[in-house]
Amino acid sequence: MKGFVVKEFLHIFRDHRTMLILFGMPIAQVLLFGFAITNEINHASIAVFDKARDSKSLELQQKLTASGYFDINMQLENTKSIEKAFQSGKVKEIVVIPPQFEKTLELGQPTTIQLINDASDPNTANLISSYTSAILMDFAASINPQANSLPVTTETTMLYNPELKGVFMFVPGTITILLMLVSAMMTSISIAREKEMGTMEVLLISPLKPYQIILGKVLPYVVFSFVNAMVILILAYSIFEMPVNGSLLLLLAESLLFILMALAMGLFISTVSNSQQTAMLLSMFALMLPTILLSGFVFPVENMPLALQWLSHLMPSKWFIIIVKSIMLKGLGIAYLWQETLIILLMAFIFIILSIKKFEVRLKLK
Amino acid sequence: MKPVIEVENLVKKFGNFVANDSLTFSVFPGEIFGFLGANGAGKTTTIKILCGLSAPTSGKVSVAGYDVYRHSELIKKNIGYMSQKFSLYEDLSITENFQFYGGIYGLSRNEIRERTKALLNRLDFLKAQNEVLRNIPQGWKQKLAFSVAVMHQPKVVFLDEPTGGVDPITRRQFWELIYEQAHNGTTIFVTTHYMDEAEYCGRVSIMVDGKIEALDSPEKLKNQFAVNSMNDVFVKLARAAK
Repeated sequence: MKGFVVKEFLHIFRDHRTMLILFGMPIAQVLLFGFAITNEINHASIAVFDKARDSKSLELQQKLTASGYFDINMQLENTKSIEKAFQSGKVKEIVVIPPQFEKTLELGQPTTIQLINDASDPNTANLISSYTSAILMDFAASINPQANSLPVTTETTMLYNPELKGVFMFVPGTITILLMLVSAMMTSISIAREKEMGTMEVLLISPLKPYQIILGKVLPYVVFSFVNAMVILILAYSIFEMPVNGSLLLLLAESLLFILMALAMGLFISTVSNSQQTAMLLSMFALMLPTILLSGFVFPVENMPLALQWLSHLMPSKWFIIIVKSIMLKGLGIAYLWQETLIILLMAFIFIILSIKKFEVRLKLK
Repeated sequence: MKPVIEVENLVKKFGNFVANDSLTFSVFPGEIFGFLGANGAGKTTTIKILCGLSAPTSGKVSVAGYDVYRHSELIKKNIGYMSQKFSLYEDLSITENFQFYGGIYGLSRNEIRERTKALLNRLDFLKAQNEVLRNIPQGWKQKLAFSVAVMHQPKVVFLDEPTGGVDPITRRQFWELIYEQAHNGTTIFVTTHYMDEAEYCGRVSIMVDGKIEALDSPEKLKNQFAVNSMNDVFVKLARAAK
């Protein structure tokens, strides 16, 4: 048994590709998701078509630049150049300030500022226009506090992630995906490799019991997955200042549970595939894609068609992401999370039973 | 002498298909028993049953003195197995392979060290002991796989087409190893498609469509079928297949 685990570690250490996936991937992924894929606007390049050219319109432009969200990269002269500006791809939004801007404002008359957005990327267009609107509202209020005072105003507070940092949302997802990848895919591939090489036959004929073979194969990956989870958490904490508001112990325990579930899935995949390629493709299509698409990691589940929402309930990763978010951001304890935990536990159980059944059937038939 | 493998009326069915049709044979200690048959004749099924991997539908089977129905775990401790598919780990060194396989058969660290040394010495391969298997020629790997299969000193070694894809000289050397092992009292149960190898066996059984159609020493079989080689014996029998 000990020898088995040692052998498995040797396999992993000797294979540079495996090592790279095991250790390079988590770091690369966290940094990628953390820095590159953000929903925040940062120095978005815009253009201004200033028909007024007075002090107020200049003030407005300064306000836009001062926010840090926008860089005004182009001043347009006429309506024709609007189309051209977008076609050049250099600007995401054009702010059109009407003529006699200052005068209209002084008279206290209503005026309209037009925002034209490049909606070939709808999400960005939405974000940019709402950021701009917010600045414009602010500007309007500063000029004429009384005139604009509506009987009801909203005051929004963003709980749990006050700065709306994208990384807070991606870290739980990244942990989930990586644990899934390392645990499920790597184990299924490594078991399939034994089958492909013919060593599985020798192992089955040896006095080792099936459970010993499985444990021996799975244990090293438990260790690696757990280390990986820690690395991601440390990165998230140190680089992106993501807090762990809840109990760290609970978080680690839940991670371990999820790892076991993923391993059980990996085992199941390996029992139905006879080659490394099959195992890899199965893991990719059956695990990775649904995990990414349906777990609420990238796209909110609430906005999906009902059928897909139902399907997403079957994704263990969805529940795990909820757990991780709740613990890290909301600081919730097990009292609030026992349902999700139970679901993952149940799934792990089902996959273990299924793989044992499969394993036995395979032995009997061949 | 008491046989190490005793098979009486062994039947194995998969649904309606009869893979093994009431086989009866015995193999004795130190014997080299050739288990021949065309592809699909049912050899692999029998070997799986003898190794305790698959349960017979009916019949009496005992290996190394243990009943396959009740003591398959004890059988596994007392047999060795090597298949045509190369079964050592390519990314581990020779020593690491020996350590691993010695370990799963419950040998102590000292036993593993001594036996590895003795076996590698016999193969004149001590120099390369830290070489990773991937870099070793096929013929050598086959010999190493055999050494690993007998490291725990089993009573019976099952060799499933052990010399597939190996050149004639290495095959020759391989059979010398087999002879030595048999001489030390290990029973060799071997399947092969090379009829010259069948001539090396003490006794040979030929399986056709799940039944054993002939079982005797190569000499007697040749006399019985009035031909000059085992090849002709085999062709004569296999041609009668469905």
